[in-house]
Amino acid sequence: MADITFVMISVFTVGCAIASLELRSLIYGSISLMGSLLGIAFFFLLLDSPFVAMFQVAVYVGSIAVLILFTVMLVKRELIFNKIEDPKRKYAGLVLMLVLITGMGSVIIDSGLKSVDTNTTPIDFGEIGEDFLTYYWPALIIMALILSSSITGALVLARREDIENEQHSD
Amino acid sequence: MNNTLIDFVIVSITLLSIGIYGLAVKRNAIRMLFAIEIIINAANLNLISFARFLPHSGGQTLALFSIAIAAAEVAVGLSLIIVAYRMYQNVDIAEFRSLKG
Repeated sequence: MADITFVMISVFTVGCAIASLELRSLIYGSISLMGSLLGIAFFFLLLDSPFVAMFQVAVYVGSIAVLILFTVMLVKRELIFNKIEDPKRKYAGLVLMLVLITGMGSVIIDSGLKSVDTNTTPIDFGEIGEDFLTYYWPALIIMALILSSSITGALVLARREDIENEQHSD
Repeated sequence: MNNTLIDFVIVSITLLSIGIYGLAVKRNAIRMLFAIEIIINAANLNLISFARFLPHSGGQTLALFSIAIAAAEVAVGLSLIIVAYRMYQNVDIAEFRSLKG
């Protein structure tokens, strides 16, 4: 049976996720998305994975949420406060969501997951570091290359050539 | 620990469904990015919970890779949204029509 901490964190996470999609203002939406990501980090702490939780806080709550906030601020004011959606699609989406939750939930509840043993010892994060430097080192290098190329790609995409040409002509 | 694996998996399924609802209903490109983030986090929660209960360190390692790749995806996605906003002065995906035949 789940304890009270788990219930509180799950209500917070799911509530913030719904709020991030349904709040009228995109700024409040991105702040509640931040809350949802923080809730996931608390789940990681509950699951005895403090290293991944700290990584989640640093990368998601620290950088991605700030990046999203700055992008929202670049957009026109009336686009931030206007909801763009079709009402017909909304009801279809709600039905799809409920069907997914009940369908997948009933499959999971009927499966053998209930019998998984919960009294195992947690993994030490030294083991993760060892994994990174031994078995997964090619993947680590490829990930570094992907990250640097994606940052370069993002910079090239968002560059404004008209402003650059003006500065050169001055 | 009082919580069982199935509790975490159910929270993960709920988040996944909310994310799919967002992708299906919203037409604002930034909101769709929010929905994608929620789905990625649901997947990460699943990875970490299975890694805790099996137990195996592979799940945590994979979750770290997944978080890093998600960061790259958000950077590129947001810059694409900015470029599209500059072209169409809008973030409504129904307005992005240049690829339409």
